Amino acid sequence: MHMADALLAPAVAATMYVASGTGAGFSINKLRKDDEPQKLPVMAVTSALVFAGQMINYTIPGTGSSGHMCGGMLLSALLGPQAGFLSMIVILAIQCLFFADGGLMALGANVWNMAFYGCFIGYYLIWRPFMRSKIFGDNRNGQRWRIIVASIVGCIVTLQLGAFSVVLETSISGITELPFGAFVALMQPIHLAIGLVEGLITSAVLIFIYETRTELLQDVERSESDKKGSLKSVIVTLGIAVLVVGGGLSLFASSNPDGLEWALFGNAEEGYAENMGLDEDNFGIESTVAEKAGAIQETTSFLPDYAFPDSEAAMGTTVSGIVGSAIVAGVAVLICFIGGFFRKKKTAEAQ
Amino acid sequence: MNKMQKALRELSEMDELAARTSPIHSIHPAAKFLSTIAYIMVVLSFDKYDLNGLFPMILWPIILFQVSGTNVRSCFYKLRIVLPLVMAVGLFNPFFDKEIMVRIGGVGISGGVISMITLMLKGVFCLMASFLLMATTKIDNLCAALRKLHVPSMIVSLLLLTYRYVGVMTEELSVMTDAYHLRAPNQKGIHVSAWGSFLGQLLLRSMDKAQEIYSAMLLRGYHEHFHYSENRRFNVHDAIFLVIAITIFVILRIYNLTEALGGLVVR
Repeated sequence: MHMADALLAPAVAATMYVASGTGAGFSINKLRKDDEPQKLPVMAVTSALVFAGQMINYTIPGTGSSGHMCGGMLLSALLGPQAGFLSMIVILAIQCLFFADGGLMALGANVWNMAFYGCFIGYYLIWRPFMRSKIFGDNRNGQRWRIIVASIVGCIVTLQLGAFSVVLETSISGITELPFGAFVALMQPIHLAIGLVEGLITSAVLIFIYETRTELLQDVERSESDKKGSLKSVIVTLGIAVLVVGGGLSLFASSNPDGLEWALFGNAEEGYAENMGLDEDNFGIESTVAEKAGAIQETTSFLPDYAFPDSEAAMGTTVSGIVGSAIVAGVAVLICFIGGFFRKKKTAEAQ
Repeated sequence: MNKMQKALRELSEMDELAARTSPIHSIHPAAKFLSTIAYIMVVLSFDKYDLNGLFPMILWPIILFQVSGTNVRSCFYKLRIVLPLVMAVGLFNPFFDKEIMVRIGGVGISGGVISMITLMLKGVFCLMASFLLMATTKIDNLCAALRKLHVPSMIVSLLLLTYRYVGVMTEELSVMTDAYHLRAPNQKGIHVSAWGSFLGQLLLRSMDKAQEIYSAMLLRGYHEHFHYSENRRFNVHDAIFLVIAITIFVILRIYNLTEALGGLVVR
């Protein structure tokens, strides 16, 4: 995700420097106020290790490909958000100066996209709330789950924000002719997969540290009891997370056509009318059977175009997101029940 | 050679380049740093279709490469990192911007192609400028210059310390990776069962070591600030270099040298 200088206009690069500089100033003041100069060598060693650690290839089981670690989340979990942010700045500066990975003028933007979201958003909105909650149970197993979920959610969310910022900064700079919607559609899904893998790797490292030296992790309390966490609480929490993600993110669902639709029909409102020259209204197979099938579909679909019928409001989209999540969850539960039923039957027959 | 060994080699190459002597090496790091920033800003300020205007900007890094005796090949080796992302963004331009802007011998060249080439050239020029800065300046001197430019001491100290540890940590991880792969020869990366322990063990050992280092630093009188052994001050020659550099950039930005030179030949 490291941006090169060429992808930014001077004004955007300068703005991002100011934004990241403000974050750095805040972090330095906070560390000085807390009188934590002893953190400096620890920060340096940890930064160097994260820098080197990002070069390790971790095999992703069953795929043949490999992934890397998410530096921002790991550093903020170990050092805290301010020290983590400064450490990330230095890592990005070394990558830029010695390895040409990211430009000198783009450093401000890269710090914002990778360090700010990873350290501040990842820590304050994801890591700390998870660690302070009693979700998954008030025991060691519950704590492990909290670390795993916080790492994965943190990496996914912060990478999504970072990728979106890359698109925004490049588009505002007027560098690419690629329409904003298509650029977003290109960047976000790729980083969703990357975020998931990075989250899993980061959680593995953090779990190892939790098992061996719990006191090194920020906001993580020691718990002596080691009874198993309640599966019920895990399911309930994941259910809430699905509702929040499905409902919340669907508010941002693009009104622009998706990549395939866009390629076929274009978007006349945005001035891209003729991509493959197809007319959306008249596209498809014309037959009485197709017309009847369409009429049946319109009648049965209670959420046409992911909203309640005749609803133009954003709320309609949100509700449809939640209902959609619920249907998917319902189908998943149904599949589990059917599977369980057949397994039980098979066991009974074997006995 | 694994990824980490390649990174170590790149680091040592940059250190060796910076340790040489030349008129460019002897210029004050602050002057070089500011001129590099000015160069990149001017390069980025060119319009996406202003290929003619942008092209003469290559002259500045080329001159510095020659005067400093730096090999351009090692700079272009780093293009493998810069160009893919720039190309990924720029390659879409010819598909969306099809309006013919220039005709050369009856062949029409669209605005998308011009903006794509401009984007790539900007990427190459900016890389050349950044590379030159690091190839002619030692990290200690650059850090001292950053302090002179009022960059907070915490960031500068952290940068210097991290740079020192990067070599040690990368070496350590490289040995660990080699040892791991010797025991698991047909495995592409680190197996899922060792995801946490592989880096985690080194992390724990290193953090303990860092605490010990800090104690040792305190015993030797460390008090949050580093003292840089800067052997000379910012003098008139450095100021002249900076003024000449900025003047050239401004002239190249205002006057289209390519068209002016072309006009001399083609009337």
